[in-house]
Amino acid sequence: MYFGLSEEQEFFHDNVKKFLLDNASIDEIRKIANGDDNSIQKDILQGIVNLGVNSLLVPEEYGGLGTELLHAVSISQALGGGVGPVPFLGSYVMAPLALSLGGNENQKKVYLPKIVSNEIRFGVGLSEFIGAREDAGLEINKNKVSGRALFVIDAENADKIILSTKAGVLFLVDASDKNLKINKLITVDKTRTFHELVLKNVDCEILEQSIENIEIVKKVVDAGRIILAADTLGASESMIEKAVAYSKERKQFNRTIGSFQAVKHMCAEMAADLEPCYSLVWQAAHSFDKDSSEESRLLACQVKSHLSEIGKSISKKATEVHGGMGFTDLLGLHYWFKRIGLNRQILGAPEIVREEAAEIQGFNQ
Amino acid sequence: MDLEFGPEYDDFKKEVQEFCKEYSNAIITSGGDKKFEMHDALSGNSNAKKGKIVNRSDWQRLLIEKGYFARSIPKEYGGFGGEPDIIKSRIIANEFSKYKVPSGMGGQGIDMLVPTLLEWGTEEQKQKYIKSTLHGETIWCQGYSEPNAGSDLANLQTKGELVNGNWVINGQKIWTSTAQFSQMMFCLIRTEPNASKHAGISFILIPMDTPGIEIRPLVDMTLKAGFNEVFFDNVTVPEENLVAKRGEGWSVANSVLGHERGSLANPNATMNRLNSLINLMKEETIDGRRLIDVPSYRDRLLQIQGKVMAVQAHSLRLLSSKINPNQNVKLGGMIQKLVGTELRHELEGLAIDVMGELGTLYEDDPNVRDGGSWQFTYMYFLGLIIGGGTNQIQKNIISERGLGMPREPKVTVEV
Repeated sequence: MYFGLSEEQEFFHDNVKKFLLDNASIDEIRKIANGDDNSIQKDILQGIVNLGVNSLLVPEEYGGLGTELLHAVSISQALGGGVGPVPFLGSYVMAPLALSLGGNENQKKVYLPKIVSNEIRFGVGLSEFIGAREDAGLEINKNKVSGRALFVIDAENADKIILSTKAGVLFLVDASDKNLKINKLITVDKTRTFHELVLKNVDCEILEQSIENIEIVKKVVDAGRIILAADTLGASESMIEKAVAYSKERKQFNRTIGSFQAVKHMCAEMAADLEPCYSLVWQAAHSFDKDSSEESRLLACQVKSHLSEIGKSISKKATEVHGGMGFTDLLGLHYWFKRIGLNRQILGAPEIVREEAAEIQGFNQ
Repeated sequence: MDLEFGPEYDDFKKEVQEFCKEYSNAIITSGGDKKFEMHDALSGNSNAKKGKIVNRSDWQRLLIEKGYFARSIPKEYGGFGGEPDIIKSRIIANEFSKYKVPSGMGGQGIDMLVPTLLEWGTEEQKQKYIKSTLHGETIWCQGYSEPNAGSDLANLQTKGELVNGNWVINGQKIWTSTAQFSQMMFCLIRTEPNASKHAGISFILIPMDTPGIEIRPLVDMTLKAGFNEVFFDNVTVPEENLVAKRGEGWSVANSVLGHERGSLANPNATMNRLNSLINLMKEETIDGRRLIDVPSYRDRLLQIQGKVMAVQAHSLRLLSSKINPNQNVKLGGMIQKLVGTELRHELEGLAIDVMGELGTLYEDDPNVRDGGSWQFTYMYFLGLIIGGGTNQIQKNIISERGLGMPREPKVTVEV
């Protein structure tokens, strides 16, 4: 019996963490966030791909590493920890899962090896399946799709985009299709990109297995939620580390502020809140691969909502520990605050996923 | 990640399950012994179904005989005499919880004194006390806190002087649960008045029928948790009732305090209590609508479920760290008392909220739900948030020892 990340998973985690420390300092993050230098982001993405993160969830028979979701969780923790300004959730978690679960043999053969070789990168938009805001929604008519999709993940410079109908039918569109408009959304989180897609009779390629089986899109959503929870876990861990470190340096009243109980107790509360979250995130990822869809879906919902709540509280308290400096752009703490804030809302905000968790357990009849 | 205990445990698990099926929902009678009344609510058992009825001392004997209690305590001291095996202990706890089989006795004698004597006691002390404690024949109370020694426990002032081969003890203890039922007290006494604060304390065993002991009940907000104040007026006990050496009492007490803190909020009991809450919310109605169908109640339930699932997963990680010594979960162990007690208090409080006015019923009211256990446990866990090292003290420990934050500077000016 062993409950935790394996040595290999720790290794992946540490490599990504170190890479980000070396290559994505707060100055670089700021340049990317301000849109000052696009080449930095490209280099960071190339570096992450060189570490193999794109191949993790592609099955071995298609040239990938075929790892468990827990591997991706360990990477996601590291990316959250360093506010990694790279596509991951959509391109390298949800896309390979959607293709390998929903694609027919031909689609898998065509696309999965190209994720590994980094020839094709996918964006993924499932917000309209989970809960369509405004007038968003997609209709397929004779292999042409029309409508509007919001909060498409990792669509920046993507080659193909995976979308879903309300009924859970997954399909691909070509990002270069002339009938497709891709507009960047301006969110608070500048470390990742989210887009609006406007489609008018865009050619689409349906992932065949998903036509009759709504479980496929649900499984992709489960994975996405667990990965987001892991991202919040890593980001929260970093915020606590920064708060504790700052409290040991900053002096007021001739004392380091970390010696005041008011400050110490905030830090202890953050640590006590976060510590069980590691266990919950890892168990949810393990359950994703091992347990029935009902059990694992309950965990995926609960991990998403619980980490959203804990992340919200930690991002507030850690900022407060920094006092006025926490509120400035100088320190850049807000990149973590905002990343956690965005993770909370995407793929189902806490109340939405808790209601799903209630349905899974048959609470609401 | 590997959550399987391994095939070598399959037979053991089967054996435990057979036993559990036989005694599922068993009722343990305590012969009118009031101190066991709260046992069920605290351990998360609120059984609607009734199983076999067993006398408490027979039950205790049966559990030890089977190795489901006192498993790794040597036979010569009245235990089962098995090899320590964390996984087997966990299997026992899990299956007992799953089949709603009542656990063995707890209490401070079994949870704290027995491990203390095993580590520090003389052979004679072990022989004399451990067996009768395990079998529920000797009940113990703990004499640590004093009116001026709460969070600052080492400030305790109850005095012990060695006079003609006897300890003569004078002073007062407080928060002494079960003192009125106990045969013995294990006690921290200041025996070295000239030594420094921590080095002046000794660990002494006191028979409760010794002349000069007065017990006054200290009624708590639950009206039945059973605390006391205990007064000592020239209480005289033999010199050999000292455990370890003179002045080592602080170390002795600290060696088992961590054990108490972990056991204050058992995740299995919390999960059972959550399941009882879910059942309550499915059975109780408001305007004919099930409570669980009220969206705001349901959302609060789901929030708590997320927290319960997190501490359950966490207990697996802590278990794993005991089996795999390289796994570092230092902070993970420190947070248990804080997180577990706050969570239980919140969970019990939700049950009261969803029942609304009905939730305020208590004691023998004919309309009271689940024997008033929700109110009782809600208040009792507030007591646990304060007791066993207040949760504010826990936060000091987490921040100082876990996060390496500086200690509060000592106040040098007398006020």
